[in-house]
Amino acid sequence: MQIQQALQELITKMADDELVIGHRNSEWTGLGPVMEEDIAFSSMAQDKIGHALALYRLLEEHFGGTDPDQFAFLRNAADFRCCHFVEMPIGSYEFSLMRHFLFDHAETVRYQALALSKFAPFQHLAGKAKGELKYHTLHADAWIIQLCTAGKDSRERMQAALDNSFQLAGGIFEPGPAEELLIAEEIYPGESALYKQWLSHISPVMEKAGLVLPEMTAPVYGGRTGKHTPYLQQLLNEMGEVFRLDPEATW
Amino acid sequence: MYGGGYIFDEPNRKQQREEQLHDDPVKLAAFEARIARGEKIEPGDWMPAEYRRQLIRLIEQHAHSEIIGALPEGTWITRAPGFKRKLALIAKVQDEVGHGQLLYNAAETLGKSREAMINDLLSGKSKYSNVFNYPAKTWADVTVIGFLIDAAAIVNQVANSKGSYGPYCRALERICYEESFHLKQGHDAFIELATGTPAQKEMLQDALNRWWQPIMHFFGPPDKTSSHSEKLMQWKVKMASNDDMRNQFLDAYVPKIWELGLTLPDPLLRKNPDTGKWEYSDPDWDLFFEVIKGNGPCNKERLDVRKWAEEHGRWIRKALMRPEEMERSALPVA
Repeated sequence: MQIQQALQELITKMADDELVIGHRNSEWTGLGPVMEEDIAFSSMAQDKIGHALALYRLLEEHFGGTDPDQFAFLRNAADFRCCHFVEMPIGSYEFSLMRHFLFDHAETVRYQALALSKFAPFQHLAGKAKGELKYHTLHADAWIIQLCTAGKDSRERMQAALDNSFQLAGGIFEPGPAEELLIAEEIYPGESALYKQWLSHISPVMEKAGLVLPEMTAPVYGGRTGKHTPYLQQLLNEMGEVFRLDPEATW
Repeated sequence: MYGGGYIFDEPNRKQQREEQLHDDPVKLAAFEARIARGEKIEPGDWMPAEYRRQLIRLIEQHAHSEIIGALPEGTWITRAPGFKRKLALIAKVQDEVGHGQLLYNAAETLGKSREAMINDLLSGKSKYSNVFNYPAKTWADVTVIGFLIDAAAIVNQVANSKGSYGPYCRALERICYEESFHLKQGHDAFIELATGTPAQKEMLQDALNRWWQPIMHFFGPPDKTSSHSEKLMQWKVKMASNDDMRNQFLDAYVPKIWELGLTLPDPLLRKNPDTGKWEYSDPDWDLFFEVIKGNGPCNKERLDVRKWAEEHGRWIRKALMRPEEMERSALPVA
């Protein structure tokens, strides 16, 4: 695999993660446990989808990719490269909050690394994303700590959410094809390095919250090679429902 | 969005309302003089009990309309076609929920807690704009809501923002500012369909046909049948009559609809060149009251969603609150 192709794979998986989790977060609009959370999840959804769009534009501009709308709204699940974690339905609020916490810290370490990338467009993108992510992780940390220190019931719920999420979160760091080429060119440090940094980011918050970090025994891989849960195709059918009525039309 | 012109009042409160009108005449005269001078009434100021009650009713129903109004459009966020529409719709619906939050805060300054208001919404005691009890069946419905229902709401809210209660006016000023962006994106999406493929135009015409009656209902019953308006207008709680607002809306938006080659399902709709007023067929007002009673196509669905959110969020709200706050929010409200 050539370096260009490895880079495209990296951008595609990042963009697909962002689009799908943004879509999931947006499903909380109107359903949040308090209005303030409703608003927070909608706001973060816009940021994620905005990141996805910026990444799809990189593909279009630098790699001769298709128009972002066509690329995002017409592909089927097998052509997506997102991890299983983001595909899962919103479930309970505690699951969605835990996913937001684990995913946003992962995204933060990724963009911190990309700010130093030898691929210049990443630097620009990372600068903007990092500013937004600071607030996302502040939000997640505050809620995790608040809920986990409010009593036995809520701490148990959050621990269960963490236990249910952790192996899925490991899937964020599924190694990409030929990522060693990108590491050698200092385009990004590779998934294993990001995973270690991620652990060092989430551990202090977990400790403060009194949560027990599970062992990463069986990270859920497959998404990066196009193997997905059935939830993804359902999500994509819904997402493309109107767009696919007439992909040539403007909406 | 979304305050409609019609504010539901419980019929059995009439007696109580009359009793409450016996306020201290000196204070009442001073209060009314302040309003007549164009001063704003602030939360700590003396106000007649009936003024307080009517304002709570008005602002609370407006707040409910915002959060319930987020639902019909919210269901289309996941299906919005393309990045531009998807991002705009999420931002718009987020704003609406934010408006709900602002309005609940404004109503709380009058002494009723957000929780008590939400409880009244869920029990059906407190109402919200009828227009949200209709289904959004296609993407074109979202554009009709985003353009025309937001436009109608702006007519109402701009009028109310010149009212007498300071916190409500200030909330509305901010809301109207954001609404003007919503209207633009609604109009843009509407035009896109109106000037699009034959299938898109057909989809839009169908949505317009279905939404026209709820839109005509939006400002409430005709002035000739509307009760308790006079005092509310003197107190600057109600700032324009239902018919005047409806006329203002028709004047601004019917030409825009017709210009796009669309039709409206009312053969009598026309502007009378002599009076300058719009004439139209009376919408079915019996249906309007049936929907208020809870018998519209989506009343149950809307409240069920809110109930789900309340139920699933209970442990979270509990975990956020200190015990003394829990006790305070449980107190009954006068």
